[in-house]
Amino acid sequence: MTTNTKAAGGTGRARRGISKAAIHGVLLLYTALALGPILLIVMNSFKTRRAIFNSPFTFPNSETFSLKGYETVWERANFVRYFFNSFTVTLVAVALVVILGGAAAYALAEYRFTGNTFLTLFLAIGVMIPIRLGTVSILKLMVKLNLVNTLWALILVYTAMGIPLAVFILAQFFRQVPQDLKDAARIDGAGEYRVFFLTIPLVRPGLAAVAVFTMLPVWNDLWFPLILAPGESTKTVTLGVQLFLGQFVSDWQAVLAALTLAAIPVLLLYIVFSKQMLSGITQGAIK
Amino acid sequence: MKAASSTTDVVRGASTRRWRFPGHVAVFIGPALLIYTAFMVYPLIDSLRLSLYSDEGMFVGLDNFRELLPGGRLSESFWNALGNNFVFFAFHFFVQNPVGLLLAVLLTQHLLKRGKGTYRTLIFSPTVLSVVIVGFIWQLILSPLWGVVSTPLLGLTSTALPTLALMSVWQFVGIPMMFFYAVLVGIPEDLIEAARVDGANGWKIFWKIIFPLLLPMLGIISIITYIANLNAFDLIYSVQGALAGPEFSTDIMGTLFYRSFFGFQLQSGSTAMGATVAAAMFLVILFGVLIYLFGWAKRVETYEL
Repeated sequence: MTTNTKAAGGTGRARRGISKAAIHGVLLLYTALALGPILLIVMNSFKTRRAIFNSPFTFPNSETFSLKGYETVWERANFVRYFFNSFTVTLVAVALVVILGGAAAYALAEYRFTGNTFLTLFLAIGVMIPIRLGTVSILKLMVKLNLVNTLWALILVYTAMGIPLAVFILAQFFRQVPQDLKDAARIDGAGEYRVFFLTIPLVRPGLAAVAVFTMLPVWNDLWFPLILAPGESTKTVTLGVQLFLGQFVSDWQAVLAALTLAAIPVLLLYIVFSKQMLSGITQGAIK
Repeated sequence: MKAASSTTDVVRGASTRRWRFPGHVAVFIGPALLIYTAFMVYPLIDSLRLSLYSDEGMFVGLDNFRELLPGGRLSESFWNALGNNFVFFAFHFFVQNPVGLLLAVLLTQHLLKRGKGTYRTLIFSPTVLSVVIVGFIWQLILSPLWGVVSTPLLGLTSTALPTLALMSVWQFVGIPMMFFYAVLVGIPEDLIEAARVDGANGWKIFWKIIFPLLLPMLGIISIITYIANLNAFDLIYSVQGALAGPEFSTDIMGTLFYRSFFGFQLQSGSTAMGATVAAAMFLVILFGVLIYLFGWAKRVETYEL
């Protein structure tokens, strides 16, 4: 392709330049569309009420800078608690999905046993059907188990929700581990559990992909916190922000500050781990 | 390649393992299976069962479903929500897919040497945010109070649903972009080169070679989106509330499910009707999955590259 265009000479180079500029132009435009709204919110959260309405599109300066919104959020909402709850639920659920899902995936990929195919189909149900459709029963179950308004209710539901897809993705990864390697370990006298632990480092990309897939829907979910754990002590960030925003809807400074507080940690985490996240999603898509 | 490895599995399994269900397999699978069964499969099945019972626990057969049919108590809301949900999905299908594809194609252009990773990362970033945050961000921006937009797009029955659907598209366009991107980078250079040598131009190469290779992925993305859309709730609830205003013009299955189960204002909540709406959602999702499996996946050819 490069030789072709070189042969075409000056006009070719000019055309290439134009197409290149056009590609960058469209991508830049779309990037602005994707980021603009977020920037607008973050920027205005640091401004006085008057400045928010009079000049929404300017950066805060010494005259318009104000942290009043953040003060309101700090005084009126228990954000530290909400973050702690979200963090606990997400961390424990993701850990359980990766560990339990990983072990199950290994067994499905490695052993031929009675019910192997049945188990695969059984898990396919969970990939196809959203868990929310079982909410009526889940709530009844949690009431019976006395888990309503506990973080355990959320952790158990999210673990169950994450397991099927995790097993499918991880089984694909475990199947790619060379058989010779495992057999060599067995010949050296390693038991089945030892062989499993030896293969784990070889499927690390798969584990990362699964962690990403599981983490975001758990952190961002509104439905189950609203239904299973709406109490003040168990509110997650998503629910806490939702309720706070509903209550303070006319206090724009506070609303903008709350939105910024909820969005920034996730965005920062995403920017830091974006390579792993995006490659995880790509791998998950291809598997 | 997949077929080959599974045959060796069978041979190996048959020759070296005597136990059909060894103890360590149970240890590996047991915990995951237990949690999955208790908190996902059982509730799903039990919910279906509950749709056949009254709130007092009496078996009533399909009586609850009659409430959803013309003449029933929930009929009007149900068909309104279902119709709105299909409109919501149509916006995703016809806007999110083409935009995602366009972005993916641009990102895989050879002319684009620098900035590929940065564009991808930035364009994908709204996807990681909570739907609640996205809903409020747009609610503020579109608020006539702020004056960025003068028409109250979210307050008019004619524009509220399309506006919410486009907000959702704005957030999730990164997913089709990444999925299409994954397929595009896997297409061998030789294939494109050969077509170019044969005299095909860029347009022809796209429609005759690249597009057919993308079709299986288009199907996968569409069915994932369909299931997610029928299950959507968070966006409508945080922007328009459980009543999905104005005048139920943004009511979708998720918000209807919530109101039937918990009740809202004059409408009283009901376990039976909650389970019934959930069962109806299940049937609608199943319908889409079957169309995908037999109408799309069977007909679209998948090429091994």
